[in-house]
Amino acid sequence: MTKLEQTSAFTRRSMLLGSGALVVSIGAAVSLDTLLSMQQAFAQGARPPLTPDQLSSYIAVNADGTVSAYFGKMDMGHGLGVAIGQIVADELDVPFKSVKVVMADTAVTVNQGGASGSTGIQMGGKQLRMAAAEARRTLVEMAAGLLSVPADKLTVTDGMVSASDDKSKRISYAQMIGGKYFNIQLDWNKQYGNTLYAPGKAQPKKPSEHRIVGQPIKREDVAPKVFAQENFVTDITVPGMVHGRVLRPAVAGAVPTKVDESSIKDIPGAKVVWDKGFLGVVADKEWDAIQAAQKLKVEWSQVDAPFPEQASLYDHIRKASVRKRSVDKENGNVDDAFKNAAKVIEAEYEWPFQSHASMGPACALVEIKDGQVTCWSGTQKSHFVQEGLALTLDVPLDKVHVIWAMGPGSYGRNDADDCAMDAAVLTKAVGKPVRLQYMREQGTGWDPKGPASIHKARAAIDTAGKVTAYEFTSKGFSRVDVNTNGGKPHDTLSGQTLGVALKSGDGFGVPAESYAFDNKRLAWETIPPLLDRSSPLRTSHLRDPVGPQIHFASESFIDEVAAAVNADPIEFRLRHIKEPRDIAVIKAAAEAAKWETRASPRRDQSGNKVSGRGIAYAQRNGTRVAIVAEVDIDRSTGKIWARKFTVAHDCGQIINPDGLVKCIEGNIVQGVSRTLWEEVTFDRKAVTSVDWITYPILDITETPGEVNVVLINHPDIAPSGAGEPSIRPVAAAIANAIFDATGVRIRRVPFSPDRVKSALS
Amino acid sequence: MTQRFTITVNGKSHTVNADPDMPLLYALRNDLGLNNPHFGCGLAQCGACTVHLDGQPIRSCITAISTIGDAKITTLAGLGTPEKPHPLQTAYVEEQVPQCGYCINGWLMTAAAFLRDKKNPSEAEIKDALSGLKCRCGTHISILKAVKRAATMMG
Repeated sequence: MTKLEQTSAFTRRSMLLGSGALVVSIGAAVSLDTLLSMQQAFAQGARPPLTPDQLSSYIAVNADGTVSAYFGKMDMGHGLGVAIGQIVADELDVPFKSVKVVMADTAVTVNQGGASGSTGIQMGGKQLRMAAAEARRTLVEMAAGLLSVPADKLTVTDGMVSASDDKSKRISYAQMIGGKYFNIQLDWNKQYGNTLYAPGKAQPKKPSEHRIVGQPIKREDVAPKVFAQENFVTDITVPGMVHGRVLRPAVAGAVPTKVDESSIKDIPGAKVVWDKGFLGVVADKEWDAIQAAQKLKVEWSQVDAPFPEQASLYDHIRKASVRKRSVDKENGNVDDAFKNAAKVIEAEYEWPFQSHASMGPACALVEIKDGQVTCWSGTQKSHFVQEGLALTLDVPLDKVHVIWAMGPGSYGRNDADDCAMDAAVLTKAVGKPVRLQYMREQGTGWDPKGPASIHKARAAIDTAGKVTAYEFTSKGFSRVDVNTNGGKPHDTLSGQTLGVALKSGDGFGVPAESYAFDNKRLAWETIPPLLDRSSPLRTSHLRDPVGPQIHFASESFIDEVAAAVNADPIEFRLRHIKEPRDIAVIKAAAEAAKWETRASPRRDQSGNKVSGRGIAYAQRNGTRVAIVAEVDIDRSTGKIWARKFTVAHDCGQIINPDGLVKCIEGNIVQGVSRTLWEEVTFDRKAVTSVDWITYPILDITETPGEVNVVLINHPDIAPSGAGEPSIRPVAAAIANAIFDATGVRIRRVPFSPDRVKSALS
Repeated sequence: MTQRFTITVNGKSHTVNADPDMPLLYALRNDLGLNNPHFGCGLAQCGACTVHLDGQPIRSCITAISTIGDAKITTLAGLGTPEKPHPLQTAYVEEQVPQCGYCINGWLMTAAAFLRDKKNPSEAEIKDALSGLKCRCGTHISILKAVKRAATMMG
């Protein structure tokens, strides 16, 4: 009894009430004291600190036997939560339906990096797998003590641990720990974010033992969306909330110098929040806030128009000083090989700034109550938003709670994090909870952009037509003028408008492939941003950051070399690609697409309507994708229909094949949109692509008629990502198909009708 | 300044005090607390705000509340429920259409009016009817499958 009295979290009464069925189900085999002793070793009533080295930070068994999986990432619409539930259920030996995955709430999850780099399963799932395995190991060990049966003589079925040779000796997870918390230390690698890893002592199951992983389980969030029952971040309200809007300058870099508050005095409850370069309004009603933002008379500072003419964008990049150069891969002696070349093939490709253009502009709600900050955000990085809010509001981190809710679409570092910080600034200023949603022109005009770039490629060919050297260099704006999250004021518009200097980072990338050339150099160079403060052309991560542009260029160029040596594009690639999984995806795509071996272009078509086929392939952090595009081109209009895609996809072990196919389809369709339509436009003062007319994306009449996905499953290879790899080769596959159809090589994205028509004429 | 408007939404009458120029969207979302229509652009370019006005799809983000009059408004919640779903809702769940789902309201409401008026539409007719809608996640392939499935159910 002494033991009981020492255990503040447990009382005999609570044990009896909470586990009344226990004594009945296992009779006299387990005494209450034994159970309590076991629980003291492995569990506790109060949740241990939310740190990465605690099992309780990832897994809890609830009193009703359901399992909560706490996941420091989130699902942006691919069904990641289902996949995580499958992994956890399999490792724990509980039914899939009994697992609830709680995502990205900073009060109950640790910082696993948020939605980032297609690592949801690859790294986030890996950690949840290890945690679930450790939870199972712990529970089996508890059961072994309680049932007096060695752990290796126990089996688990649907959360019930029983003796293998005597099923009457059994105890459920809920009976042992339901409603309590694991008190188990994990071996944390001391890293936060994507690379956070904290295994326990348990070994995860072998892939051959998986029963739930690999199944095409459907998403449970589809019905609520379809029946208008899901709260998006835009739908969340709190009592006393007011609506906010922010104002941006007409000339990038300008700041307000005079604000006439009397210009909105007739709008009920309208208030101005003005601090240095930050300018916003709030009002009780949303429409009034919108009106106030429109009617507020503001004088802005006179600043030099910061941008070049758009027509000279690529010249600007060509001529700009290189801020950082990085040779990421090099073998052989490239310069000597080019000197000795019989023939050199060269080409240059261009990719514009692109916008996230999320379906709706970002929205956030911030409440400050008794020193406690609560923020609802559609961010991809809730834990970093927590840090950003603490710095923006100058409060301790533990006073900030960020609750993630589905936003209006997200494909990287869009406007969500800026919106959360802006909402916090407004909330602090007016002393009421503020719900801020940007306007469309701010969502498309002022989101961080995918960087514009040029890409130079050259290949040395010997007299036998063999490639003796290959060099590929990208030069462009960095992928991280602002970081991939709003964790620091210098990375957010509110920070920058309030006077914190931009700290543009340097980052780009090189092609991810396995072409084995004797002499090869892959490099990148970054140039400074166009404006050193809050800029609508600041860059950050947009889905598959720099992947589409790099591989548009590199895989177009490989095709150009194949054509130059009169080789079939696939046969040419297979001559040089060395990695077996790369070869396998290319062969799989070729076979499924019924690829006819011949060199491009085809020469058997006449008239205005022509068709072609193109291949492109890429790796991405372990995943391999090969795409065959079949396109129809109307030479008279320049209009392209990317009619059919055959996609071979290898991301190691497949967790949920249906979810994976949907994820790939979305990648392809968005990839087509970015290839054929998308280009941020700007004049010398500002971004001028600010809505769906000026920043067009594809519509359903332009959607591919078929996306045939060939999934290559490697159950024994740890899963890699799928959220981005298949968007990577889309542009090149289309470009190569256009060349096949017409003999014309288009080296600038987007392939808009005007551009194609002009190229073909 | 503000005036008093009575609007009928999903069969129920509501009174709203609002600026006559205020788009219906804000009355539905903020005054009535209906989450169904979403703000996507405020420019009638994307369709996320679509509701039915006497059965016809309209963009509530540019439709002033003063122009509604006695017309009956139907939102997505009025289209069907889990217990009594519209065939499109059933088909969307079957085909697992949405990704983020922010745009889905517009696709469903627009397709519902189209399929009511057009039996056994061709693929080209479906695409044409839905061409004014945006989906940034790229779920168009699933959308088309679901609308075809619903068309068959409604055949």
